[in-house]
Amino acid sequence: MNEAPKNTTQETEAWSLVIKPGRGALQLRLGDIWNYRDLILLFVRRDFVAIYKQTVLGPLWFFIQPVLASLMYYVLFNRVAKQPTDGIPPILFYMSGQITWMYFSECLLKTSNTFVANANLFGKVYFPRLVVPVSIVISNMLRFGVQMLLLISVFLFYALFRDMEVQITSAIFFLPLLLIMMAGLGLGAGILISAMTTKYRDLQFLVGFGTQLLMFATPAVLSVKSLPDGIIKTAIELNPMTPVIQLFRHAFFNTGSPETWQLIYSGSFTLVLLLAGIAVFNRVEKSFMDTV
Amino acid sequence: MRNVIEVEHVYKSYRLGVIGTGTLSHDLNRWLARMRGKEDPYKQVGVENNRTVAGGQYVNALSDISFSVAEGEVLGIIGGNGAGKSTLLKLLSRVTQPSEGEIRIRGRLASLLEVGTGFHPDLTGRENIFLNGTILGMKKAEVQKHFDEIVEFAGVAKYVDTPIKRYSSGMKVRLGFAVAAHLEPEVLVVDEVLAVGDAEFQRKCLGKMQDVAENQGRTILFVSHNMNAINRLCTRGIVLRSGKMAFDGTAAEAVRLYEVLNSEELKAEASFTPDHTADCQIVQAQLTNLTTGKAERNIGIGQPFGVNYTLQLNTLIRSIHMTMVIKTAAGEIVFLSDRRDDPEALQPRDPGTYTGEIQIPNPLLVPGTYTITLGLINYDNGKFFHAKDILTFTLADNESARAQRAGQIFVPLKWNIEKK
Repeated sequence: MNEAPKNTTQETEAWSLVIKPGRGALQLRLGDIWNYRDLILLFVRRDFVAIYKQTVLGPLWFFIQPVLASLMYYVLFNRVAKQPTDGIPPILFYMSGQITWMYFSECLLKTSNTFVANANLFGKVYFPRLVVPVSIVISNMLRFGVQMLLLISVFLFYALFRDMEVQITSAIFFLPLLLIMMAGLGLGAGILISAMTTKYRDLQFLVGFGTQLLMFATPAVLSVKSLPDGIIKTAIELNPMTPVIQLFRHAFFNTGSPETWQLIYSGSFTLVLLLAGIAVFNRVEKSFMDTV
Repeated sequence: MRNVIEVEHVYKSYRLGVIGTGTLSHDLNRWLARMRGKEDPYKQVGVENNRTVAGGQYVNALSDISFSVAEGEVLGIIGGNGAGKSTLLKLLSRVTQPSEGEIRIRGRLASLLEVGTGFHPDLTGRENIFLNGTILGMKKAEVQKHFDEIVEFAGVAKYVDTPIKRYSSGMKVRLGFAVAAHLEPEVLVVDEVLAVGDAEFQRKCLGKMQDVAENQGRTILFVSHNMNAINRLCTRGIVLRSGKMAFDGTAAEAVRLYEVLNSEELKAEASFTPDHTADCQIVQAQLTNLTTGKAERNIGIGQPFGVNYTLQLNTLIRSIHMTMVIKTAAGEIVFLSDRRDDPEALQPRDPGTYTGEIQIPNPLLVPGTYTITLGLINYDNGKFFHAKDILTFTLADNESARAQRAGQIFVPLKWNIEKK
């Protein structure tokens, strides 16, 4: 046993894994995630299949949620509070805002308790922990896709039966990019929070409530254009989700594109948040089991 | 043969108590120390893990563990509850990281710390096989390749498209083990998972592990409380005790040492505080090496030994009798001896203190650990005094041929052989 360390000095390269204490450097280790792509797909499938098992309406619930929420905003903000909707039918305005915001907030909320919610599984077997939040983001993407179908149906209804002028702009080609940005923002913030809540869980209480409040600081339910200049407008414009929702709406309804600097700001914000999130998450995953 | 695992001076310490505002001050102090480039003020290497003694804030679940495992070896890891076995496996399977030291692994390591990790109750058997297999590190295509074997091994062909929440718990275990058994890692780490499942399935699992080790040349690390399984399966054994390495050698020796260590807390002597309200009572008992006359609990095969006892009688008893039961470490009764076997025992006794000796035949029992129970019955009124498992002794034999003989008794017979 004693001579073992001596042998290894010559063949250190041959070790496929060296486990050492300490926090180590900040690493992204995206290659590991790629090696576990099959697991990501199976988790996505599991989430998708398992959620609506033993329900009668099944995936129809994907529709019911945004429809009810849009109707409520329509009544509250449009009918009662008389808020303008950038000249597009209010239902479409709220639904487009609602679907995009929901995607971001679901990604954030569901990934923000990765460690706590999966402690049981993580305590028994090793795989790159990032697999779980990535799979959550992807399964939400499927849901987003299904909800897009709903939005398109309502859009067609207005175009065909309500004589709405169809004004699809070239921004429609940016849709995949927008989706990636929303995913990146939600994932980055979510995993950062999950890494910070493994020991002290105080932050968790803020997250659910916070994302709900944050929605009102985006154009999801408000028309930014019609807001008076001032601190509120600036605050909303500083929200990295604002240009995303604006561009999304512009793609379908020609409501005016956000400024290029806003998009660049939002893109860089996403990138920084995501990289920081992954690095912190990877550092925490090594020993969170002791404190979670 | 080259080493596939090397563990070097590994420590793992845990904080005791709950995490709350109290831990925040420790974390702040630790953070301050790190910022100033100093040592962790709470790092304490060297606190022994003894769960029965209260006190202290940090504990070493593992301290200074070093060993290496060569390719194709089957290493048994044994130790009592809280000895650090599972912590060691957790470190090896990267669930958490060591506080000190280094572990090096060559090749893919799959760990089976729990059967059916990640099973989702709403998914069918088929879906769960794929899910569980990929969680354990297989590619989907690899699971597909072994799918039929897995279903056959688990014996759940009929239920493969039924959600596993409808499975019996035994079926879930079978399915979980079947998936893990068809992994193809270079190193397989298995925690005590065979305890569940019926006897037939346990046999099947052990057989499968043996097959994996012998025919496929894989390395296995195996934790179990089933000493027979360790003896049968492992080529080497290590014994952990209070987080420290107590032994590293052959599996058979490790098992024997474990049994000895296990019973070390038990003494060769026992005494009871006199109770004057009782009619009769055993006040003292001792295992005696009859050659030296001293108390001893490690007995060699062939060494004459016996039990010395002291009785206290507080009234005149016309009919009293005494029993002695010898049990194996597992609690099975090997034999019962009764003083009524001796007619003299039934004669009346005056109050007073009596001493006596029971000689235990040796050689008679196979090597192992045994306990002795003494009983005292007053037949005048039916009251009895029962001293359960008060003495423990270990029979050992250094001659390797006899060290592990099967059976319960060990009687040297005279073998006659003549040439015609």
